[in-house]
Amino acid sequence: MLMATDRIVGIDLGTTNSLVAFMQGESPVVIPGEDGLNLVPSVVALGERDQIIVGNAAHKYLIETPERAVYSIKRLMGRGLEDIREELKLFPFHLAEDLQTGEVLRITLGEKTFTPPEISAFILRQLKRNAERFFNAPVTKAVITVPAYFNDAQRQATKDAGRIAGLEVLRLVNEPTAASLAYGLDKKQNGIVAVYDLGGGTFDISILKLHDGIFEVIATNGDTHLGGDDIDNLLIKIAIDDIRGDFGLDVSRNGEAVATIRKAVIEAKIALSSQPATKLDIDLLDMELPQGKRYQREITRAQFEQLIQPIIDRTVGPCKQALKDAGLKPQQIDEVVLVGGSTRIPKVRALVEELFQRKPHTGLNPDEVVALGAAVQANILGGGSEATENMLLLDVTPLSLGIEVAGGVTDKIILRNSTIPASATQYYTTQIDGQANVAIHVLQGERELAKDCRSLARFDLKGIPPMAAGMPRIEVKFLIDANGILHVSAREQRSGKESEIEVQPSYGLTDDQVESMILDSFDYAEEDFRQRQVIEARNEADTILAALEKGKNGPAWGQLTSDEKKKIAKFEKALVQVKEKDDHPAIRKAIDLLNQGTMRLAELMMDTAVSTALKGKTMYEADTGDGTETGHPVAKADFQ
Amino acid sequence: MPVDYFTFFGLPRKLNLDIALLEREFYDLSRKLHPDLCARADKREQEWSLEQSSLLNDAYRTLKDPIRRTEYLLRLEGVELEEQSKTATEKARATGEIKKQVVPPDLLEEVFELNMQLEELRMQKKLGEDDPALIEEIGKQKLELEQKHESLSEELKTYWGDWDVLPDNATEENRRKVRDKMVDLLNHRNYIRNLVRDVSDVLEG
Repeated sequence: MLMATDRIVGIDLGTTNSLVAFMQGESPVVIPGEDGLNLVPSVVALGERDQIIVGNAAHKYLIETPERAVYSIKRLMGRGLEDIREELKLFPFHLAEDLQTGEVLRITLGEKTFTPPEISAFILRQLKRNAERFFNAPVTKAVITVPAYFNDAQRQATKDAGRIAGLEVLRLVNEPTAASLAYGLDKKQNGIVAVYDLGGGTFDISILKLHDGIFEVIATNGDTHLGGDDIDNLLIKIAIDDIRGDFGLDVSRNGEAVATIRKAVIEAKIALSSQPATKLDIDLLDMELPQGKRYQREITRAQFEQLIQPIIDRTVGPCKQALKDAGLKPQQIDEVVLVGGSTRIPKVRALVEELFQRKPHTGLNPDEVVALGAAVQANILGGGSEATENMLLLDVTPLSLGIEVAGGVTDKIILRNSTIPASATQYYTTQIDGQANVAIHVLQGERELAKDCRSLARFDLKGIPPMAAGMPRIEVKFLIDANGILHVSAREQRSGKESEIEVQPSYGLTDDQVESMILDSFDYAEEDFRQRQVIEARNEADTILAALEKGKNGPAWGQLTSDEKKKIAKFEKALVQVKEKDDHPAIRKAIDLLNQGTMRLAELMMDTAVSTALKGKTMYEADTGDGTETGHPVAKADFQ
Repeated sequence: MPVDYFTFFGLPRKLNLDIALLEREFYDLSRKLHPDLCARADKREQEWSLEQSSLLNDAYRTLKDPIRRTEYLLRLEGVELEEQSKTATEKARATGEIKKQVVPPDLLEEVFELNMQLEELRMQKKLGEDDPALIEEIGKQKLELEQKHESLSEELKTYWGDWDVLPDNATEENRRKVRDKMVDLLNHRNYIRNLVRDVSDVLEG
């Protein structure tokens, strides 16, 4: 058995759904949530008592109180106000009103505001909790996947989310690469593999060389704002236009209506992957429409395919570029692996087949394979096992790293598709006598002008020893680590002095901000913990009440005195009443009383050896006796 | 002072390289140095691994590519290649300075002609006109330039041979002769590459 601290989970923090997985023996498995489902929808809502609700339970808030719920938050990770104009037109993100340009985004849920990393942290915390429930032990370390085409700011934001959720992020792994690990573990074959990953909000294409356990990414490309969401938005727009035409009603500002339509079009989209036609049938009763009117429309697959063509065509350019960068022709690809829910769409499969001139491999569950791969990587980082022995991932940086030079031009110092870790060294000097500071503007992107690239950060080299202009020779080392995140260090060579670097991230949280969010998150951890204690106490109460019900129908019941029966009835009534309150110590107390009151009944049931009743007794004892509640590690893990 | 990339791989400073062998060596070293293998080690060991594996990757990336390998070796030999580089071109373009860029003599006439045609096409595009014959003509020239670019890469390999057979005690003059040939060729090649890019910009712009 591994030490609890060594249990590293793999997390797929998706736009639409998130999953947590781990390596069980020789194969990776997904850890289900309390509801038994593997997929946790990436939806976060603020409940009536300002409690945080995540996943399936948060879904209803999207429709009932859309201003208190948020989905697809991944689209906003590591982005600034000026990058998301398009997003805001299509997604019901409620930005904080006092938001300033250059500030990290904040989303309003009810009366509260949260940054995208904090909202992602709520999802991560739910996954962490699911894993802890599963292991009945703390989970504090994780591998989290990110789209391969995520830039430095988006990666940093994901890492921050992990920290806020109380997870040490041992590695960020690119999603298509993670998928290839799961694929390779299964196949154990050498060759060139292309992973086409079209998810809810992002598209990646990665081309890898698999060679005796080495997974070497040769080229990657993508679009971090392209996915199933775009298809949904297109269909929503059509429905809204139709409703305007048919009923003269503009529902585009009605959050509840849009959420209802969104749910319906997603169902239609999914249906069209297996059916030639489907019907949109949306009840508009609640939308101040003429009574009893419904919005109905039939969509055939042909129509659907025509509609989405422009969206899925946007994946072609990145695929061609990746092939070109890899120096490969489509025929040289041995296998194309499909990942992401949107690759279930037949038209997408057809497009991939045409692009790569071969039938894609569809044997993997496109929703789960990334999480499974993350679990494989987690296992490798944890020291490996027989299954992962010899497996090593060599990934690349998706975007070129550059620095701004005279005239606003980008000087590229680490080219895209360089294997990471990768580094570059640049030398700087001063322009005027005694100059003590030098500013460096670091960019990411392929464009020639700095203004067209993504600004990563401005580094201020400080404390340069006073010298004549041009005399200092400051060596600056840029290093992209295995997570794809940039580190910068500087040294003045003549004095040998380490220069102090002040970093102003262009789109990210400072360390202090993250620290304060970690502190804030404890409030939620406590609130969550309290909520969960209530739920668990309630579940336990139900188990006992059900067991009692069975006991009453058994032969043992008849052997009790009427006094005993009266006492049991009293305790039962008390438990039923207190069970509905959010007061878990009271529920616990009522359970204990009923427990004591039914002691003799349980003994009698054991004696009569009625098998069903025995089961009740065992269950009952296990529920009260194994200490899940007091011994649960969540709070402790979070407070570490 | 960090070791140079050739030394890192235990290779002499020669330009003909067994790429398959280099790749094998790269994989073997990756299995020893990659940060994934040190995730449980202490911070110092992790930093060492990060440093070493980035050096390994930088070295492999540079040496496996024929042009980058040649440029790297020339730089080690003290040659400054910036003048014809893309960066220099872009800097010059952005600042509006005229870059000292020597047109290779054999291309003089061709480049002159091409620049005229490009200028014409730019004008036409501005006016929203379209001259398929001109576009076709420029496209043809672009193709020729690309072929020349390709053939120069082949020619470079003959100079590699000249370099590799130099004895360790070769005179500085003999070394310089081979170096200069390579520098000339690379400049020539870069010039064509920039030209092709300019043509593409106009055609697509």
